[in-house]
Amino acid sequence: MTDEKPLIEIERRITGGDFQSAGDVSSELKRILQQIGFPAAFSRRVVIAAYEAEMNVVIHAFRGIFRAWIFPRHIHIEVDDEGPGIPDLELAFQEGYSTAPPHIREMGFGAGYGLSNMKKCSDRLEIDTRVGEGTKVVMDFFLKDS
Amino acid sequence: MAVKIRDLVEPLEATVLVAGDMEREVRGGYCGDLLSDCIAHAVEDSVWVTVQSHPNVIAVAILVGIPCVVVVNNYDVDKETLDRAQKEGITVLRTPLSAFEAVARLSALGIPGKKRREH
Repeated sequence: MTDEKPLIEIERRITGGDFQSAGDVSSELKRILQQIGFPAAFSRRVVIAAYEAEMNVVIHAFRGIFRAWIFPRHIHIEVDDEGPGIPDLELAFQEGYSTAPPHIREMGFGAGYGLSNMKKCSDRLEIDTRVGEGTKVVMDFFLKDS
Repeated sequence: MAVKIRDLVEPLEATVLVAGDMEREVRGGYCGDLLSDCIAHAVEDSVWVTVQSHPNVIAVAILVGIPCVVVVNNYDVDKETLDRAQKEGITVLRTPLSAFEAVARLSALGIPGKKRREH
């Protein structure tokens, strides 16, 4: 993170298993990014990654906290959960690999693209996970001149 | 080609479960049931053909910028899904057609399949 002051900071709780509210945090983030006027393609990749991180908490964890710091040309997101952790990160990054139970997959979640979507969409992704304790996902997005 | 949402209803033999902005135009189509795939590959202003009907479909539609969801095979749609769609102004259509047939009808209207480039 930089020493620069963010335009907006948000902090929201995410509840594991709450599929009714799932996606609300990412939707709110999308509205904020649109209001600030970030280019659509940039907002889109931030929101995809945020959605996947949010859904991971809903699908796999007990609870989590989603925090975002929005700077003029940089967005920093941290999603910290209490949950099962990820025993094999390398495997978890493989597209199509999922530990989501069948009833969740039937809803179209847990297809095994979460982490790879986050990796593709972010400019920096760091995952700190402890089995039986939880997972912290840290992502950065930089607005490039185009 | 851009087609108004209200002009999708008859060709799809659909019931309008939630009428959002029926004058809004769709410019492409996406078909699929995996939410991660939709969010990664669907393009905004598309019509989304799916068997999924739970409330998170609307969350994904909002994130992608999809104004119209078509639930195929006459699947039941949760009340929460309809409430959320109403609140967000997203049109929900239900059709007895299969996904394949629904896409064929949309294609016949001139709506192109659209896929988002890799990020």
